[in-house]
Amino acid sequence: MRRAAAPAAWAACALATALAAGGCTGPPAAAGGPDGILTSSWGDPQNPLEPANTNEVQGGKVLDMVFRGLKRYDPRTGRAQDMVAKSITTTDARTFTVTLQPGWTFSDGEPVTARSFTDAWNYAAHVDNVQNNAPFFADIEGYDEVHPADGKARAKTMRGLKATGERTFTATLTGAYPAWPDTLGYQAFLPLPRSFFTDHDAWLDKPVGNGPYRIASYAKGSGMKLRRWDGYRGPDRARNGGVDLTVYTDAGTAYTDLMAGNLDLVDDVPATQLKFVRNDLGDRYVNQPALIIQTLAFPMYRKEWSRPGMEKVRRGLSMAIDREQITRRIYQRTRTPADDWTSPALGARGGYRALCGAACRYDPAAARKLIAEGGGLPGGKVTLTSNVDTGSHRAWMDAVCHSVNRALGERTACTVDPVGTFADFRNRTTSQRMTGPFRSGWQADYPLIQNFLEPLYRTGGSSNHGDFTDRSFDRLVDAANARRDPAAAVGDFHAAEAVLAEQMPAIPLWYQNGSAGWSERLAGVTLNQFSVPVYDRITVL
Amino acid sequence: MGRYVARRLLQMIPVFIGSTFLIFAMMYALPGDPVRALMGDQSFDPAILAAKRHELGLDLPLWQQYVNYLTGLLQGDFGTEIGSGRPIADIIADAFPVTIRLTLFAFTFMVIVGIGLGVVAGLKPNSIRDRGLLGLTLVLISMPSFVLGYLMQYVFAFQLGWITPTVQDSENMGDLLLPAIVLGSLSLAYVARLTRTSMAENLRADYMRTAVAKGLPRRRIVGVHLMRNSLVPVVTFLGTDIGNLMTGAIVTEGIFNVQGVGDAVYEALFRREGATVVGIASLIVLVYLLCSLLVDLLYAVLDPRIRYA
Repeated sequence: MRRAAAPAAWAACALATALAAGGCTGPPAAAGGPDGILTSSWGDPQNPLEPANTNEVQGGKVLDMVFRGLKRYDPRTGRAQDMVAKSITTTDARTFTVTLQPGWTFSDGEPVTARSFTDAWNYAAHVDNVQNNAPFFADIEGYDEVHPADGKARAKTMRGLKATGERTFTATLTGAYPAWPDTLGYQAFLPLPRSFFTDHDAWLDKPVGNGPYRIASYAKGSGMKLRRWDGYRGPDRARNGGVDLTVYTDAGTAYTDLMAGNLDLVDDVPATQLKFVRNDLGDRYVNQPALIIQTLAFPMYRKEWSRPGMEKVRRGLSMAIDREQITRRIYQRTRTPADDWTSPALGARGGYRALCGAACRYDPAAARKLIAEGGGLPGGKVTLTSNVDTGSHRAWMDAVCHSVNRALGERTACTVDPVGTFADFRNRTTSQRMTGPFRSGWQADYPLIQNFLEPLYRTGGSSNHGDFTDRSFDRLVDAANARRDPAAAVGDFHAAEAVLAEQMPAIPLWYQNGSAGWSERLAGVTLNQFSVPVYDRITVL
Repeated sequence: MGRYVARRLLQMIPVFIGSTFLIFAMMYALPGDPVRALMGDQSFDPAILAAKRHELGLDLPLWQQYVNYLTGLLQGDFGTEIGSGRPIADIIADAFPVTIRLTLFAFTFMVIVGIGLGVVAGLKPNSIRDRGLLGLTLVLISMPSFVLGYLMQYVFAFQLGWITPTVQDSENMGDLLLPAIVLGSLSLAYVARLTRTSMAENLRADYMRTAVAKGLPRRRIVGVHLMRNSLVPVVTFLGTDIGNLMTGAIVTEGIFNVQGVGDAVYEALFRREGATVVGIASLIVLVYLLCSLLVDLLYAVLDPRIRYA
């Protein structure tokens, strides 16, 4: 590691000297001003840092700094705004013509062209490249040829993607999907330079992108140094000199370092410190809902939970949960009680509305009545299941059960079945081995209401693990997807959510908040909808 | 002597194979599918999972996976991680030097201070300083390492501000000082007690009286006659403890954010990266085996009556 780290320290030093015209006596991180460098906590990304392979937040954090795609979600409003795209037009909502803004280049000097996108997307979709995010390209015509459900690929590229000029390309989808351009802010759709294809290993060691930062050095497993790329011509130039990411396996240790002035920014305040965070940090702390919701899904593939009349029992159970108290006691308000199936981070325009209504409010009397009307709990019992290796799941399950038992006036009606690991829990949910409500957490890939509803509750949806099926819900979702006018689409989705409120295939529990704390050196720290700090807007004092 | 060492080295082979197989089988037996867990709560394509499994040979039966793993290992290939696709050899090459530095540092600290304290106390059994040592070691033994770790962090980093609370540069000995002390302190207590007891006992031995009667200088009596005989149990303990130090670093490495072996194993277990766990554990097994061989050889040096053929 010495060999890798030493030149980097040198480079940082040279940079600091050149820019700030100062000496290089102290650590480079100590300097402030527009070229100040901040340090931030990080987790080792689970997958290689390829855009189409990154499906978790830690890798996404880096991609968000190093890359810019066609669209980007505004960190405040969540609306998809043109970034590299100059325009995305369509006449039939099926074939889209994408025109790129001129002047974008990768940090190695290569211009961003239509092929930077089409090649990247074809690579991502191709079955041989085994990219985690390949399903995001399933809407494009020809996906089934490069990525058949089984067997070998029959084509090298997708028919539906055609580069028609230096900076234009067309994308033809398998069906009308007016909201498709709004999904393009997801990291799977980022462009890639030639070097990604010609020297893949070298690229992975030090990814090259077209964003406001470039990677100065990357020591896998321990940290990464990002520096502002001065050749960046986009609208969102970094307001600081760079970011040093340090890997912490323990959020508590990162918090300790923050308190000692050894680290500038922590974006995961550990649960044990939540009680003290106001005292420790004052207003240098943010806690806001993210695009994450936790629900308790019912196994609708079990007769005893899906037979007619049980919707009353399911709603009754929902009303027997005191969300307010649980989020306060267990989560110290880092969860917000849920009152719909999406997330407040979508904003009212995005489609968030408290549609669960009374069914999500704690009302023990009504809960008892509804459950009795529906014929009671199956066998007089209900068992909650979740993995318990992360996220204080054991604690809230116990609390939910306690709340249900108290509401029903029975001591042992509700029990918990803790599963040791997430992998095991996943196995059981996907193989339909649940006998009672199970935890179903969902983090949206893009701030669209569709992403909260269709994959989870539409018949055959990719993450519809409870196997919920309802014809009117499906119809409304299809109608919404076909709408050209986003407001009208949101209206349909609201109607679809009303079906969920009636049927209650999953009980909304709470929205997960993103939290971050920072040192006195920083200003302008905000979180985006994915609870990732918006690094380029941070200033170092 | 040479034949003895060769025999011992050969005996290591079945032990190594057996222990790696046990760890391998245990990782295999854990419920759930690590490849599936990679996808989290998101939508995914089963074909990709199948392809990943196939590429890594995770779709084969246990014995075949193990044979493949061993053949790879013999060629110096530790395999690749499921998630990141990194060669495990790289991860080991990153993590081991850090832990070895930390372990050696802790080891040196515990040998020098532990034996030193033991000698001081053992030469005057039941004196005040002996009882003082007893009290100190009792505190160290009964205090879990994370308590000691946080305590020292609090005192030295926050109250006194002498050091940074976590390790900034794993090659900086000053940075490693605190974690090394925390890591070594439990064993230090044992070493001190062992030395003290064995010294106190040997003080009354016949050969000691003879040495005194011969009129040998005190330095020689203590340094050669007493120490050499008293160190046999201590050396046994020290030998097996090197392995413990390496694995015991998990907690300490977490508290001080040292990116060493403990950290790597913890992360790998959490992500169900079986091959990483087995690779690192196998190396620790090797360290254990080599240390115990070294201890046996040291016996012969310390006690000439012990001979190997």
